[in-house]
Amino acid sequence: MTVSEQGLIVPDSGKLALPEYMKPQPGNHPPLDSPGYKSTALRHPKQPLVLLPHRLTEVTGPLLGDDRITMTDADLTTQKDGEPQGQRIIVFGQVRDSDGRPVPDTLIEIWQANAAGRYLHKREHHPAPIDPNFDGVGRVITDQGGRYRFITIQPGSYPWGNHYNAWRPAHIHLSLFGRAFTQRLVTQMYFPGDPLLPLDPIYNSVTDEKAKLRMISEFSIEATQPEWALAYKFDIVLRGRNQTIFEEPHA
Amino acid sequence: MSELLTPSQTVGPYFSMRLPWPEGPFVVPEGTSGAITIYGRLIDGAGDPIPDGLIETWQADPAGRFAHPDDPRGPVPDGDLAFRGFGRCPTGHDGTYKIVTLKPGPLPFGDGRTEAPHIDVSVFSRGMLDRSVTRIYFPDEEAANAADPVLEAVPADRRATLIAQPAGENYLRFDIVMQGAGETVFFDL
Repeated sequence: MTVSEQGLIVPDSGKLALPEYMKPQPGNHPPLDSPGYKSTALRHPKQPLVLLPHRLTEVTGPLLGDDRITMTDADLTTQKDGEPQGQRIIVFGQVRDSDGRPVPDTLIEIWQANAAGRYLHKREHHPAPIDPNFDGVGRVITDQGGRYRFITIQPGSYPWGNHYNAWRPAHIHLSLFGRAFTQRLVTQMYFPGDPLLPLDPIYNSVTDEKAKLRMISEFSIEATQPEWALAYKFDIVLRGRNQTIFEEPHA
Repeated sequence: MSELLTPSQTVGPYFSMRLPWPEGPFVVPEGTSGAITIYGRLIDGAGDPIPDGLIETWQADPAGRFAHPDDPRGPVPDGDLAFRGFGRCPTGHDGTYKIVTLKPGPLPFGDGRTEAPHIDVSVFSRGMLDRSVTRIYFPDEEAANAADPVLEAVPADRRATLIAQPAGENYLRFDIVMQGAGETVFFDL
């Protein structure tokens, strides 16, 4: 029995010993059928899910790296000729596995509304101004310590058609790959103290009260840059591996 | 000691600002010898197309290998750098998507059994608070599909929803039905 560079146990018999990723805690992820968010009604499976074991296709995944990133991708305020309107903010944090290991070299894709709550999208009809100096899209790669940082504008709230007088709390969309198909995550980062949070069916689709709080960033006076930008810290935890080491039975 | 996970949230209606990229559907460059096009529609519980969905695919290469450090079989010999393994395609107004790729090889399951060639699929859209995961299998692999340990766990009368349909030379059709009659089998990952 030998241990590979990645800490995988490789039995000498040549049998595959693959990591198994931990299941999310109940209530951690929102149910796909979430009646408060009306669009879930016709878009969730009704038949029972079938258990998919974690084998080669699941424990590997796309490793999208630096070739996807340009210099301005991590600064959404300098992608245009002029400066965008709104409150400049720094968003930073660490991407970790649930077993505490940093996830280095992983791509984070970002999209958001502008300061007025307007997305730059052809299907968006909210009568708030487009900002010619803000596209609201970014990309970053985590460093060796799993850390990331980007500069953007505090997004505004915007109305949506889910129910009468529905407004989304301010949020930034984040998409992550991790290093395995099992770790893929798309989430939204919210801001502390937003009065719309208790009213939002998407935020509240997460049933575990403590899990909800893990989507709210933390204001950081330490990381705030004097006379330039406020800072918010948002750590992201992806599924980690089960710690149990098991031996594959011999054929 | 384990940390608790960041919850999933929907991609919402505006992900196409960021997530698609022009060569996303091309797991191999257009015109690659032996390339197949897998296409289909993403359909909701009313039978209507989902025009604001995103399909992502992940798969082994034709030799059944992954250029990935967690494939314990080691580096892919003569790995084809143009083969990305990963595909991404937003759905159109009629709910259609396409992925241009090479058929993956069979894979060792790890216990002596073999997995039939397959592609893992993630489905995202507005109205989906988390992705739904399914798999594409191949219609010309009857024997391998019959012995596949994952298909074996799927109720027999629903297995056909996971097998792409022939649609002309080098074309396969794979519709994804979220709900209702012919609902695609989705997996608990």
